[in-house]
Amino acid sequence: MSNVPADLKYTRTHEWVRDLKDGTVEIGITDHAQHALGDLVFVEVPEAGREVGAGEPCAVVESVKAASDVYAPIAGVVTAGNAQLAHTPELINQDAFGAGWMMRLRPTNAAMLSELMAPSEYEALLKAEGA
Amino acid sequence: MAFIPHTERDVAQMLAAIGVSSIEQLFEEIPANLRIKSLAGVPTALNEMEIGRLMSARAKADGRPLCFIGAGAYEHHIPSAVWAITTRGEFYSAYTPYQAEASQGTLQLLYEYQSMIASLTGMQVSNASLYDGASAVAEACLMAVRANRKSKSQRILVPTTVHPHYRKVAAATAGNQGLRFEEVPYCTAEGRTIVEALGKYDGQDISALVIQQPNFFGVLEDVDALTDWARARHIFVIAVVNPTSLAMLKPPGEWGANGVDIAVGDGQPLGVPLSSGGPYFGFIATRMEHVRQLPGRIVGRTVDLSGRSGFTLTLQAREQHIRRAKATSNICTNQGLLVTAATIYMSIMGPQGLERVAAASHARTRELVTALSRVKGVRTAFTSPCFHEAVLLFDRPIAPVLKSLEGHGVLGGLNLAEHYPELGPALLVCATETKTAEDIDAYARALTEAMKAARAA
Repeated sequence: MSNVPADLKYTRTHEWVRDLKDGTVEIGITDHAQHALGDLVFVEVPEAGREVGAGEPCAVVESVKAASDVYAPIAGVVTAGNAQLAHTPELINQDAFGAGWMMRLRPTNAAMLSELMAPSEYEALLKAEGA
Repeated sequence: MAFIPHTERDVAQMLAAIGVSSIEQLFEEIPANLRIKSLAGVPTALNEMEIGRLMSARAKADGRPLCFIGAGAYEHHIPSAVWAITTRGEFYSAYTPYQAEASQGTLQLLYEYQSMIASLTGMQVSNASLYDGASAVAEACLMAVRANRKSKSQRILVPTTVHPHYRKVAAATAGNQGLRFEEVPYCTAEGRTIVEALGKYDGQDISALVIQQPNFFGVLEDVDALTDWARARHIFVIAVVNPTSLAMLKPPGEWGANGVDIAVGDGQPLGVPLSSGGPYFGFIATRMEHVRQLPGRIVGRTVDLSGRSGFTLTLQAREQHIRRAKATSNICTNQGLLVTAATIYMSIMGPQGLERVAAASHARTRELVTALSRVKGVRTAFTSPCFHEAVLLFDRPIAPVLKSLEGHGVLGGLNLAEHYPELGPALLVCATETKTAEDIDAYARALTEAMKAARAA
């Protein structure tokens, strides 16, 4: 069973969102997603200042098996990309919910956060997907 | 005999398997107005003997003229060993193999090719080749737009001194993908792009600048100043280079303070004969930091489970069989056969051999320009240094003069009237190491006669 921290929000496309309580949120891919992808060899994160729409592809993760898009869970302006990932993409494999964060952004409408999946809903999704 | 392996029975079985009653039904969804009703325009088939005679007659009609046309494709001596080895059964394939790693010899050859191109251009990484120089420029523009994350405009500056065909192909390939190409005029006295002409773009969002060296006129651009101007403004620099010239000139990886971002060109001068425009091959090389935006195939060196050295296709997550619509390019192959010839050519010539070809071509072109500009009514167009091509200005229209030269067995050069009418009657000429002092003399004498005849007419 994958690790699904209780203090985060989730998406159907396996991103997690942490409310940093300063008007910004932190975003990454879930432990389940990193496990499914396998060893990551390359990560491309968005630049600060980029505007992204909800559901828009805004980052790329490449493993030894495949390359996949990461979608913005919520619309907003990127405040930071995790520069560490350029040289150490394995941070996502090692610590998907911590050091492996991918971007921070300031949501256009913070109220939309409540629309995202709760941990219990995400767990149900993983179960339904047979994880 | 028809070389079609399927018998009628095979075809019937395959149709039955997919639940279709006839070939006609299989193609039903193609609208009737798009179908060819008859092949009346296609002449009847010729047998091998007849086609052999026809092609020999056509080849004879070409004759063996002295060729002084360059303009993107160049006549160089090709050592006999190059094509003798290239056409061996083990190498004789137009493509990278489908089960790539089973063909270690092909992969090693491509790896050596990539290493040679990287070394020649002074860049860190090369792919396994593209179709030709023109498509390489188009791919480089698309790549620059993807890789230059400081720019959103998709605007590409292309000097008029870049090969007109390359500009046209880039616009045709990338224009529909949102890229906008803007022409930068050249100094008509010097025949090159001057940095001051770029001043009006200061402060604007530009994705890339294309610089051809030597440019279409054969003239050397001030590549250091142009590169530094662009890179100081976060504009990607795309170098378009002649591989032979790199044996003498500074490689793109060393232009300006930090080198260019992408180097491309046509590989034809490296062992590929002139043949009515192709097939030739294109090359593309870049910095390691942009390798994931590089289109096409890349061969890497690795070790197997027992630690033995081997070769493999690498970084395939960029390619369309994995990345689908988001692949860096729809290029999913390379110019295998021509790259094989080029790799063998470069191995045989070595850096010294290539340098001698470059130096001899440069010297012959200077002799040619001196000899031709002595002819009454002919003078050189530009004061700037050149590599192995130059522009001559005439006091009368070029076309009749070229026609007259043909009568003397001389292909005199490329008439620039179509692409550069602002120059007036102008001719682009080229001499490589294949031309002797006698050849140049023969051209000068033929031109003297042709100009006399033109004045008398």
